[in-house]
Formats: sequence, C-alpha cells, structure tokens
Amino acid sequence: MSSHRPRHVPPKVWAAVALVAAALALLPFVAALAGQAWVRILNFAMIYTMLALGLNIVVGFAGLLDLGYIAFYAVGAYVYALLASPHFGIHLPFWMILPLGAGLACIFGVLLGAPTLKLRGDYLAIVTLGFGEIIRIFLNNLNAPVNISNGPQGINLIDPFRIGSLSLARPEVILGVQFSGPQKYYYLLLLLTIGVIVVNIRLQNSRLGRAWEAIREDEVAAKAMGINTRNVKLLAFAMGASFGGIAGAIFSATQQFVSPESFGLFESVIVLSMVVLGGMGNIPGVILGAIMLTMLPEVLRYTMEPLQLALFGRVLLDAETVRLLVFGLALVAIMLYRPAGLWPSAVRKRELETPKAAPG
Amino acid sequence: MSALSLLVAKGISKRFGGVHALSEVTFTINHGEIYGLIGPNGAGKTSLFNVLTGIYAADGGNFIFDGEPLDRVKPNEVAERGIARTFQNIRLFQNLSALENVMIGRHVRTKAGVFGAMFRDKATRAEEAAIEKRSYELLGYVGVAKRANDLAKHLAYGDQRRLEIARALATEPKLLALDEPAAGMNATETQALKRLLQEIRRDGITILLIEHDMKLVMSVCDRVLVLDYGRKIAEGSAAEVQKDPKVIAAYLGGEVSLELKG
Ligand SMILES: Nc1ncnc2c1ncn2[C@@H]1O[C@H](COP(=O)(O)OP(=O)(O)OP(=O)(O)O)[C@@H](O)[C@H]1O
Ligand SMILES: [Mg+2]
Repeated sequence: MSSHRPRHVPPKVWAAVALVAAALALLPFVAALAGQAWVRILNFAMIYTMLALGLNIVVGFAGLLDLGYIAFYAVGAYVYALLASPHFGIHLPFWMILPLGAGLACIFGVLLGAPTLKLRGDYLAIVTLGFGEIIRIFLNNLNAPVNISNGPQGINLIDPFRIGSLSLARPEVILGVQFSGPQKYYYLLLLLTIGVIVVNIRLQNSRLGRAWEAIREDEVAAKAMGINTRNVKLLAFAMGASFGGIAGAIFSATQQFVSPESFGLFESVIVLSMVVLGGMGNIPGVILGAIMLTMLPEVLRYTMEPLQLALFGRVLLDAETVRLLVFGLALVAIMLYRPAGLWPSAVRKRELETPKAAPG
Repeated sequence: MSALSLLVAKGISKRFGGVHALSEVTFTINHGEIYGLIGPNGAGKTSLFNVLTGIYAADGGNFIFDGEPLDRVKPNEVAERGIARTFQNIRLFQNLSALENVMIGRHVRTKAGVFGAMFRDKATRAEEAAIEKRSYELLGYVGVAKRANDLAKHLAYGDQRRLEIARALATEPKLLALDEPAAGMNATETQALKRLLQEIRRDGITILLIEHDMKLVMSVCDRVLVLDYGRKIAEGSAAEVQKDPKVIAAYLGGEVSLELKG
C-alpha cells in the first residue's frame, strides 16, 4: 500500500529544492568574503528565527501577548552553561543537554502560563514582562550564598559543540576545504532551524494548531466547541518556551559565554518585533522578520560611519545611536504602511484589505 | 423524568446584579423533539443558554442531561457531554476558513496531541483525513460547501448562520441549542432553515430553538416554552401557547408582535 494521497513532485520543484539547498550550503562561504563577522550574523539570524518561531506559537497562533519570552531563552542558555563549563566542572555533551534545556524551559513555560490563564491582552503582557525580568534578576543574584549563576559576571569558558574530536569552535580543514568555527556552527544551526521550522509548520496544520487559532479568534466559542482552553493555552506556552530553550542552549554553545545582560526586556521586544513585523501567525513571515531584524542593525552598523564621513566629513552620530534611530523609524513605518506585517498570512491580509472592495 | 427526557431543568435561577434574568425556570426536553424557547426581548432566553452551556453558573437550580447532573460543568465539558450551541450574535472563527471552522468542531471527538502533530504518524494522518472529510460533508449538509475555502467573515449572513450550525453539528451533539438561527434571514433562507432543522431532527438530534420568527416556531416546534422577565409563563404545543392570554399580554407589552396567523 502506498500513502493514501499520491504525491507527484514535479522535477521543477526538485530543481528548486536542490538550488535552495546548494545556496544555503554555500552561504557561509559567500558571507565570509565580507568577513567572518557576517557568518556570525548569519548564525544569529538563525538563532533569532528559532526564537521568533517559538514566540509565534504563543503570540501568533494562540493570540496571547508575551513580553517575557526571552526568559526561556535564558533558561536554555544557562542550562547549557552550567552543565558544560568549568563553573561546576560538569561537561555533558550538547545532545544530552539540549532536551534538558528544552524540558526545563517548557516547565518554566507552564509555570508562567498556569497563573495567567485568565488574563488577556494588556494584563497578560504586564505579567509576562514581570516574569521575564524576574528570571533575569535571579540570574544576576544567584551567586550568593551559593554560587549558582555566577551573578553579573556570567559564565565563561563554556564548552563548544563537540562530536568526538570534532569541535565546532576551531577552524579546521575538512576534505580539503578550510572551515572557520562560525562556518561549522552555521551547519549545525541550519539543521536545528530547519527542524524547528518543520515542527512549527506541522503544529500549525494540526488539531492542536487549529485549537490555538480558535482561541485566538474567539475564546468563548472555542470553549463552547469543546476545546479545553486551559490545557491548550498551557501547551502553547510550553511549546513556545521549549523552542526558546533550544535556541538558548545553542546560543550558549556558540558564544561560549553567557551573562544576564543578554536577556533583558529589550531582547524580548526585539523578538516580538520580529513576529509582528514579519506577519504574525505566518511562518514564512516570521522567518523573514527574524532575518531582517537581525541583519538591519548590522548593515547599519557597517554603513553609517562611512556614510557620515562621506557626507559630512566627520562622524556626527555614533553607529549605535543611528542604529536605534533607524530601527525605531523602520518599526513605525512598517506599522503605518504594512500593519499586517511584511509577509502577512493570507488570512490577515484579506482582513485588512476588505473595506473598499466590499460591494454595497 | 422518564427515559424519554434528554434534558431536565429544575428551578433554574440567574441574577445579574439586580436583574433577575431567570427565576425558577423548570422544564423538560424529550429525546428527538424540537423544543421552542420564546419570549419578548430581555426575557432571559439567551441567559438560559449561557447557564445551560456552563458560560455562567446558575444561582439556583440544576440540569440533568441524559440521566446525569450537569452541575458546575465547564463549557468544554458541556460540549463533550453532548450539548452544542450557536450564538445569537454569530461567533464564528472569523479569520479562518469555513472548512477550518467545522474542523475545529471535530476537536472534541478527536485525539491527536503534540506528538501526533510533530511526527504525523499513521493514526494522526488517518484522523486528519477523517476530520477533513467529515467537515466537508457537514458543509454540504447545511448547504455551504461552495464556500469551504472562504474566510468565515466573508460569508453572507445566512451562510454564517448555517456554518455555525455545521460547526455545532461537528461536535456530534445529542442536543443542539440554536439561538435565533433565522435572525437576518430572508423568507427563502428561513424556509431552507426549516427543512434543515427537520432533517437534523430526523437524524436523531434533539433541538432547543430560540426564535423570534413565530411562523418558524409554530411550524417546526413540537412544544414551546414561553419566558417573560425570566419566568416561565406558559408551556405547551405551539397552538396552545399561541392562545394563552398571558403570552399574548407579554408580547403586546413588548416590542415584538406575535403573529397569530401562524
Ligand atoms: N452578562 C450579563 N450581564 C448583565 N446583565 C445581563 C447579562 N446577560 C443578560 N443580562 C440581562 O438579563 C436579561 C435577560 O437577557 P437575555 O439576553 O437572556 O434576554 P433574551 O431573552 O435572550 O433577549 P433577546 O430576545 O433580546 O435576545 C436582560 O435584562 C439582560 O440585560
Ligand atoms: Mg437573546
């Protein structure tokens, strides 16, 4: 017996897939032409993609505004940092820690979700915001009386990702090709990111995904249709948090250093911006949002000073200031001109375009 | 309280602040009947639905559904027990397609969880296929199959009402509670609705019908309960209720006139 729906994949599609695969495989070498920094930026784009997709489950699918999402990223990052560094002298392998990080983040997701089940909108946003800050403050202060988190100094010398003798942190020649550390991480991240994307697509097109969307659309009607909104919302928090935890663990392994500073409110806001700007609830849109918002500040960082020198002969505003300024303006512009996001799901787009076309 | 009765309501009361939306309402709905619920605006009809489906807790009284009490049961559990409803001011999942709306109705009778969604095992794939097939059937059953892939909010008013019925039917209810399904429908649509209600009943589903369209009520309902200011003022066959002086008085005092021609 073959599968119940015959699948004929036309050769054109295969060709397109092969082309994209080849492009993705070569990308880190193309980026390296502009400098290894750009390979690192690519890696960050993928970490942020995972984060944004996780948050998209809570915000985009289930319609629950979460401003403390970065806390789960922190949990994943610290789980890896504590279990693979000289800090406790524990050195577990990445593949063992990854499920632990995802699992613990998932538990934190439920811890946040459970007391906030009855809250919506602004109220939920405030509580989740507080939660995010509490986690960060804990990490800042858990260095006494027992030193768990090493406080504001953070944790250093974290193990890189290793398989056998292959460490992703060192440059290496494989099959006659020179790979830098970030280039090797790129492939690991690509693998994880593709996995996260596939799982997200599957979740959206499932019984659970529909239940999330039902709650977003009308919670009372969802209940009346027999959806256990409490469990389904908790699952949204738990799943979203797990993806945050996974992204955090890989972040920790890539950077080999974590400190509470990386997990502030501003990070939560950035990830939320990726979801909203890209197109809430639409997976390709969210990916686009994550890539654009990771790239934009970096592009500005590298172009603003030369540009000012060319225009005014000296640097009037430092790169960081311009970066935030342009970032803010871009957000405002997109909200004004593309309120449904850069790549809205078909559904939202139609919603926001109807009025004039409707007859009568 | 015989084996005939599907729903027994005893002394149901509900207050909103000083408003007595329901006062000691008692009635019984038998298996397989179409039971009408009428009354002037603000009589408490929708409140009765909300208390029955667990959206509000009753201040007094209790329901026995299919032989078992329905006390302090959450709305989703009510649906699971076999009561599905529609809403007076249509509450579809507006930004989802008509088909998806009905598929969500299948939620309560299906099982796939996180792992099914992630790994798409054989059982999950089969369940998904069955959900989709059944949902198409139901869209056809209520007559909106052509709009399957349109967003719910882009459907015409009458189609939205029918879609809401399809979504409710997808939960496999024993009792289907409809809150003014004919509101906003023209005469042709109301005729079609009447045939649909009769077909649903023929398929073994009991119907509780709130309706202001008296012609429809008189032509499809086996029995009718009349509420006024939260109190039961009459109950009986459509013909009996129509002649009841208390009912006539209640309607003359209200905004809606009772069309005695039937
Ligand atoms: N959630 C609520 N809060 C406060 N008062 C309410 C609420 N729901 C209903 N009421 C009041 O209870 C009374 C009964 O309202 P209900 O909606 O049940 O009437 P109805 O018979 O459905 O009327 P209609 O024919 O207009 O739909 C009204 O006085 C209404 O204002
Ligand atoms: Mg009403």
